Amino acid sequence: MPEETPRRGWASYPLVLPTWVVLGFFFVLPLVIMLIISFGQRGTYGGLKAIEDLGAYVTSGDFLANYKRSIEPLYLSIYWRSLWMAVVTTVLCLAISYPMAYYIAVIAPAKWKNLLLGLVVIPFWTSFLIRTYAWMLILRTEGLANSLLQWSGLIDQPLNLLYTDFSVMIGLVYGELPFMILPLYASLEKLDLKLLEAGNDLGANSPQTFFRVTVPLTMPGIVAGVILVFIPSIGQFVISDLLGGAKSILVGNLIQNQFAVARNKPFGSAIAFELTAVVLMLLFAYAMYTKKKGQEVLL
Amino acid sequence: MNPSEPPSASDLSVDIQRVSKRFGDFIAVDDVSLTVRRGEFFSLLGPSGCGKTTLLRMIGGFELPTAGTIRVEGADVTDVPVHKRPINMVFQHYALFPHLSVAENISFGFRYKNFPPAEYEQRIAEAVGLVRLDGFEHRSPAQLSGGQRQRVALARALALKPKVLLLDEPLGALDQKLRKEVQVELKSLQRKLGITFIFVTHDQEEALTMSDRIAVMNAGRVEQMDSAAQVFEYPQTEFVAQFMGASNFFQATVRGIAEGFLSLAMPDGDTFSVPNPGGLELGEGVRFVVRPEKLDLRSRDLSKSGVPCMPVTIEDRVYQGISTVWMVKAKSGERFVIYEQNEKQFEERGKFAEGGTAYLCWSPRHTVLMRGETDDGAHA
Amino acid sequence: MRAPEATSTVDFAPRAIARLPPASPRQRGSVTWERRLLGWHSLLCYLFLYVPILILILYSFNRSKQTAGWDGFTLDWYGRLFANDLILRAVKNSLIVAVSATIFATIIGTMVALALARRSFRGKGATQSALYLPIIIPEIVIGAALVTFFGVIELRLSLWTVVLAHIAFCISYVAIVVRARLAGFDRSLEEAASDLGAGPLDTFRRVTLPIILPGIIAGALLVFTISIDDYVVSSFVAGVGATTLPIQIYSMLKVGVTPEVNAVSTLLLLLTVVLIAIAQRLQQDPTPSLSKGARKK
Repeated sequence: MPEETPRRGWASYPLVLPTWVVLGFFFVLPLVIMLIISFGQRGTYGGLKAIEDLGAYVTSGDFLANYKRSIEPLYLSIYWRSLWMAVVTTVLCLAISYPMAYYIAVIAPAKWKNLLLGLVVIPFWTSFLIRTYAWMLILRTEGLANSLLQWSGLIDQPLNLLYTDFSVMIGLVYGELPFMILPLYASLEKLDLKLLEAGNDLGANSPQTFFRVTVPLTMPGIVAGVILVFIPSIGQFVISDLLGGAKSILVGNLIQNQFAVARNKPFGSAIAFELTAVVLMLLFAYAMYTKKKGQEVLL
Repeated sequence: MNPSEPPSASDLSVDIQRVSKRFGDFIAVDDVSLTVRRGEFFSLLGPSGCGKTTLLRMIGGFELPTAGTIRVEGADVTDVPVHKRPINMVFQHYALFPHLSVAENISFGFRYKNFPPAEYEQRIAEAVGLVRLDGFEHRSPAQLSGGQRQRVALARALALKPKVLLLDEPLGALDQKLRKEVQVELKSLQRKLGITFIFVTHDQEEALTMSDRIAVMNAGRVEQMDSAAQVFEYPQTEFVAQFMGASNFFQATVRGIAEGFLSLAMPDGDTFSVPNPGGLELGEGVRFVVRPEKLDLRSRDLSKSGVPCMPVTIEDRVYQGISTVWMVKAKSGERFVIYEQNEKQFEERGKFAEGGTAYLCWSPRHTVLMRGETDDGAHA
Repeated sequence: MRAPEATSTVDFAPRAIARLPPASPRQRGSVTWERRLLGWHSLLCYLFLYVPILILILYSFNRSKQTAGWDGFTLDWYGRLFANDLILRAVKNSLIVAVSATIFATIIGTMVALALARRSFRGKGATQSALYLPIIIPEIVIGAALVTFFGVIELRLSLWTVVLAHIAFCISYVAIVVRARLAGFDRSLEEAASDLGAGPLDTFRRVTLPIILPGIIAGALLVFTISIDDYVVSSFVAGVGATTLPIQIYSMLKVGVTPEVNAVSTLLLLLTVVLIAIAQRLQQDPTPSLSKGARKK
């Protein structure tokens, strides 16, 4: 029997109107305004410089000034670091998560799977802030890590673990790990174990079976996990603020800085927009990938 | 071949006139007209996708017809929303409200019928008693078996005293034995209450068991609408014949027309007489069907006596306890199926064996002539 | 990106697990060491995930203020919490924001979920895409855009700007959760209600709503925790005196580690876990529509 047709009619509109109003006003509009402002200049007191002649302004060099400035070497190094951190985080997460997801999905007895999965999820229900803070506790000079290392005799002086790239990396991996485990688990769980046995049967040993059968089949999960980890990582702000030092400034910190400290909203807006553009492009690429592969979207 | 008498207007419970339903390019119901008499057990019978459920849903108001009108008890309900129609439905998967108890399910519609609250308990008890689920009032649907849920669905609909009850393949989820029991119960319930039942099924045996009249549907159209016996014994189109299990098709030519009778000639030249249904000309070819249980095997050719007979070889014989199924093949290569009741008196039986020959014979009055292609609509 | 992705994945995980084919007999011997290795690796990962949290909880009871050493069990820091005006005020603010945002976001989100699941209307596709925005766009961008917007329309930052911001991004999460619940909803139940005489409003009130209510509550609990935990967006749009708990915690963190932070963090942690556990329970459809069960033929 053919599918039921959804009901049409004017009655739909009252239902969606509040959403349109709220999202339109407090989301779309602000984003648009931010885009517009990104072409402006900072005024004397931190607001916006007034524009006399719009036409002249658009054709003047000032129009794209913020964007031009945003690709100066100083900032490029920040983007590069953010990118680099995000990539390393993603790779580390993948390397750590895959065996774990494999274990839960394939090896663990069925009656434990629920529990094991739940244990993965619980930490990340809790506040990001608090979990990051926990690492501050551990990594500071009087913290647990140093105390253990000193107590075990491995070092004499406490190491400077906090406020480094290293601590930011740990914080990132720690925060994003569940986002990688879950999609991988979802993909692995669907894996037909008979295929692995078939691989073995046809002469492939375990590592070969893994790379030639398991990995390609779980690619949707891998890709989803990569996207879920990479995107928040490049937009990260809290972790680098708490765990990173002045040397570990990332794009997120840059933007926050422009708004809160430097009070240069136009410039901050420009960077925010570039970040958003990157995120949207990545998601678009992901959408194309899933459509092309005809595979289910795990997101 | 005898259409039932058309009902008078005051008899009509449901009157469907030229109703069609399209879903985009797909025509689910194609210009269907039919009428259902008050107090009748009427079935819509057909394979999946034939439009029977869609038609039922249009009667109930769950779909709006693309064209045509529907009248219930004389009133035009084509545009009337579901909740205002004096019709109730028993859904295929029962649709019991999981968050309400049996009693609450049954009394759900009471307030819309303005039943006084003081009567609720008594009405619930009445409904529960009708389907023999006394004592189950406070259970939740999750605690019931499939058969019990089906009865609650029935009770819930009947408690509102509808003029017409629609049933959408309600026995589909039940196992074979339970199905048979419920079929009998439903039929007696309907007789007792005198409510018009419109029943949708794809099972021809089920339709035959319970129905007064049947409309056989195919690809959105009604191929034949008749009393149960008529549809079974006298299918009028190939589709209906095959659906009702009469798949023995024969060819013949009209050799003579005399008052009220036709003389048909089989390919081998032998003729026999059948009543004249009209509309046929001399020399015209006809197709007809003979039901498997109406075919006989004989050791002698009886054609000279006016009994149509055809030489065949016996291909297979399957003993089925109460009956035996014979598969035979004619010279032309066509195959036919014979159902034979295993009675002791059938003396010819022992003479036939696989590989042997015999004559396939039948009584002329069991010859059912086919109409050409499917008809538009059906006679009432 | 936050909670719901995982919530919905975990939601289907139990059902997915139930569908697992029985494990095929494994080869013994050479595979065992691999399995053991993976087992140990997983254990280490679990430790990695939990140790920081457990340490935090532990230290909230540690008498010692600065050193990592264990000085004795104490509830002092919890006591100090309740005397700390700043924290108490922040808690009050957070609760006001979370409750307000939850109420509005839940109502609005449920409405739009109903419309998306049941009806077609002009702009449906755009609405669906727009609902993804709050989840996709990085929080700093959201915060920055909102503070800019408030500046442009000259709306002074206050607690209410925080509420508005939270409502804005919480709607999406409610919509997702409720929509998932609606997707599994058996439409024939609503048809049955109409058939029995209930008009559209009564059908909704007596049949649809009670059945999707657990989903709605789950969504509400979800956004409540999201709102309570939110730092980034709140930090951008909160006015003076509108400090929420995460903002307060944050400023305390920047100064240095104080044990009171440990205490309040522990409490916040426990609250979140409890609420989400309840939400998960509610989402697990205890009375799946019976008709749907039969449909599995």
